[in-house]
Amino acid sequence: MATKDQDKEQLHSVTIRFCGDSGDGMQLTGTQFTNTSALFGNDISTYPNFPAEIRAPQGTLAGVSGFQIHFSSNNIHTAGDELDVLVAMNPAAFKTNIEDLKQNGILIVNEDAFTPNNLKKAGYIDDEDIFAPYESRIRVYKVPITKMTLTALEDFDMMAKAKERCKNMFALGLTYWIYSRPLDSTEEWLASKFGKKPEILEANIKALKAGYHFGNTIEAFQNTYEVPEAKIQPGTYRNITGNQAVAIGFVAASELAKRPLFIGSYPITPATDILQELSKYKNYGVKTFQAEDEIAGIGSAIGSAFSGHLAVTTTSGPGIALKSEFMNLAVITELPVVIADIQRGGPSTGLPTKTEQTDLLQVLYGRNGESPIPVVAAKSPSDCFEAAIEACRIAVEHMTPVVFLSDTQIAIGSEPWKLPDLSNLKEFEYDFHKDPETFAPYKRNELLARQWAVPGTPGCEHTIGGLEKEDITGKVNLSPEAHEHMTKVRAEKVQLIASKLPATEVLGESKGDLLFLGWGSTYGAIRTATEQLQAEGLKVSQVHLRHINPLPNDLEEIMRGFKQVVIPELNLGQLSMIIRSKFLIDAKGINQMNTKPLSVSDLMAKAKEFLGEL
Amino acid sequence: MTQAKELTKADFVSEGDVKWCPGCGDYAILSSVQTVLPTLGIPKEKFCFVSGIGCSSRFPYYMDTYGFHTIHGRAPTVASGVKLANPDLSVWVVTGDGDGLSIGGNHTVHMIRRNMDLKVLLFNNRIYGLTKGQYSPTSEQGKVTKTSLYGSIDSPLNPLSFAIASGATFAARTNAANPKHMQEILRAAAAHKGTAFIEIFQNCNIFNDGAFAKYLNKDTKAEENLFLEEGKPLLFDGETKGIVMNLDGNNPKLTVEEVDPDKAGVSKTGKKFLVHDPKNEDHTLAYLISYLGSISDPENPAAMGVLRSVDKPTYGDVLNAQEEQAVSEKGKGSLKDLVYSKDTWTVKETANA
Repeated sequence: MATKDQDKEQLHSVTIRFCGDSGDGMQLTGTQFTNTSALFGNDISTYPNFPAEIRAPQGTLAGVSGFQIHFSSNNIHTAGDELDVLVAMNPAAFKTNIEDLKQNGILIVNEDAFTPNNLKKAGYIDDEDIFAPYESRIRVYKVPITKMTLTALEDFDMMAKAKERCKNMFALGLTYWIYSRPLDSTEEWLASKFGKKPEILEANIKALKAGYHFGNTIEAFQNTYEVPEAKIQPGTYRNITGNQAVAIGFVAASELAKRPLFIGSYPITPATDILQELSKYKNYGVKTFQAEDEIAGIGSAIGSAFSGHLAVTTTSGPGIALKSEFMNLAVITELPVVIADIQRGGPSTGLPTKTEQTDLLQVLYGRNGESPIPVVAAKSPSDCFEAAIEACRIAVEHMTPVVFLSDTQIAIGSEPWKLPDLSNLKEFEYDFHKDPETFAPYKRNELLARQWAVPGTPGCEHTIGGLEKEDITGKVNLSPEAHEHMTKVRAEKVQLIASKLPATEVLGESKGDLLFLGWGSTYGAIRTATEQLQAEGLKVSQVHLRHINPLPNDLEEIMRGFKQVVIPELNLGQLSMIIRSKFLIDAKGINQMNTKPLSVSDLMAKAKEFLGEL
Repeated sequence: MTQAKELTKADFVSEGDVKWCPGCGDYAILSSVQTVLPTLGIPKEKFCFVSGIGCSSRFPYYMDTYGFHTIHGRAPTVASGVKLANPDLSVWVVTGDGDGLSIGGNHTVHMIRRNMDLKVLLFNNRIYGLTKGQYSPTSEQGKVTKTSLYGSIDSPLNPLSFAIASGATFAARTNAANPKHMQEILRAAAAHKGTAFIEIFQNCNIFNDGAFAKYLNKDTKAEENLFLEEGKPLLFDGETKGIVMNLDGNNPKLTVEEVDPDKAGVSKTGKKFLVHDPKNEDHTLAYLISYLGSISDPENPAAMGVLRSVDKPTYGDVLNAQEEQAVSEKGKGSLKDLVYSKDTWTVKETANA
């Protein structure tokens, strides 16, 4: 993979993980490395990993926070399987991450933090040589990061604690040197952040440069590396996390629907960022309402939908459980509201900061009665923009609640987003009804979407509610005939969404030996595995579902073109269950529940096993 | 502006039958609301009635206005969304003692403290009617029902005390069997800018008949109702008795004393009677008055009328002001700015050929 270029070795791809105590500033360090690499022209993908506790006791295993970045001169779709470089700021960070470092990988530790006390906190014996077992297979660099930072800042009139806080910049500077990155974008960022505190600004820049020069001066690092620019599609880009992209997608949808945006939500990890992000957009006419609980969040959203707003509520699995009764009210009143579920590890409070795809069956079936709700899933951070718009489009054009699914990995992960040409976005088409002569609350168009007339419209006064009703008039009607009819109409309305979907994209040949069928955040890993298997000459293709309910009409035919359908999921087989029961296709699952993203090498190995069985 | 046509009660009566039990107190409330609405000068299409679950919550079906029959206890949340999305609407929440104070108690607190500018009608019949007779959060302790065969153990809530303690800017009580008073209170609530909370004593003639009989009986009503009037002393029972403030140790206490027939406005022990001031910013006295005559204080008369009516910006007003402020500071946002705003970089065609 590497070519020698005098003293700089060229690499195609590198994965670095910065980890340390949750107060060590590792998220910030990782973000800076990301932005610098993006501006440099690499393709990037990141994945932060933080503890559920905001500040767990210092130095403990529970308090380790990490940020992983994969940057490359190729197009990449994952945050990387194995680490090329691990930066560990203390023994706890070392212990919880060292197994992910690959053979001959680089370990950089802050030697000063490996004190007997910290070793004990991480569960080691205080004088244990913890590096010994690894030294034969990895390259260990013990750097006195704290001492060097303090020395560099000797002349600064600051508290020792404040100086020590700059050590993350030292570590960042050192990695910049190793990977030949420029310092200027981080310097600019520091200037914008600490512009009003010149002392702190200077100290951080000094520490950053000290780290950089340390790499240059000391001979411990034999090599530095270069990861050239990637061949990226021309266009304007920005780095974006999934949650940011969802927020912007909702604003875009509001413009396409020509309805003001209302978000009623309650803070919950990992969805909170969306509410926070939208709270910044008051000047876009966005109304954000932090409700007293999950139930009130969706209740207020439904109320705003009745009043004619584009309504969204954001949550995670435990919140879906609480919102379920209201989701059903939106089903029976046929009001457009988007419920964004940013999945996390469960059951119960489970693993609030870890990723999983375990809410699929919950959002599809976790309600009383026959309760069809369309489900749309995003596949990557930048894809959240389009997926959020699609969820809103379905809600408004088909007059239905819609679940938008993302997960922790997408929500807090980031990647470059090729900014769309906004003039290509299609306006929503729907019947915002104002004419009393032609109005009836449950009168439907050819998509079975009912008319949307809102309070304030003269002559269209009507009452809707949770009781079963008669079609067209919407009058309460609990008769057997009315219930049978309405149940089928609600189901058919959702099914009709499939008639408007574009043909399903297949990555690779449309017939072959093995089809990977996936949804959500597994996209990048599955795509990378698919491409590598194809490069090895295997007849493997990939379909990644945007719409899980209804499923695309052409999906069955595609699946039947392959000898085997394999469904990788971060659950125990939820999409598999649906595919098997709906189509009687003997789909096989690759299921992982260890809170980590799927690994490309695992997928490839398992695909080969399945192929071997053919 | 919409129509010049004068609205009448008939404009607010929906077609179809009203399905409450014959003799239910709800009929009188419905009729009073339908009587008052056309007098408010608000176009018909601007009214929206939002309810939860329970007998009271069938109300929107019987009104010819916009209406939303939602789910149990959650009407305040939907009503908040309706109102925030369209501040021009006159949004009314219809709820009961179970819906609003038990399953939906949480939302009731927040709807009140935020001053959402909703008109709240809480029908208090001190029983669960729609599920056929179980004790409610306002039932008296020891009440024997189908689920409390040995008497209920819960201490009852007093809806008005609950509302005032939650920060209500408007709190009032009336009785479904006194339509004239009820209509006066409804008009006052409609005129109030902010959340207006009204507790309505409402008789369930099937499962809790006579719960409020003492306020209506010829022989007892004079001594059981304390009708409040702004600026007037708190007198009742043909102005023979009144309310004075006493200190019981460190505890302020309202007690009944007889009027001195020889001295106006003074009790027989020489104390001054309290003068009603619903605009008092401090809610302490309103809270004490709300407690009078409650289930836990049956010796005293119950205050009827507007206990509290103070001015405070509504949630929606502040929300809209913040939006205007954001626009004036940052300019009206455009999607293009939002998408293309932050740290972008451009990859050129030639650079990667």
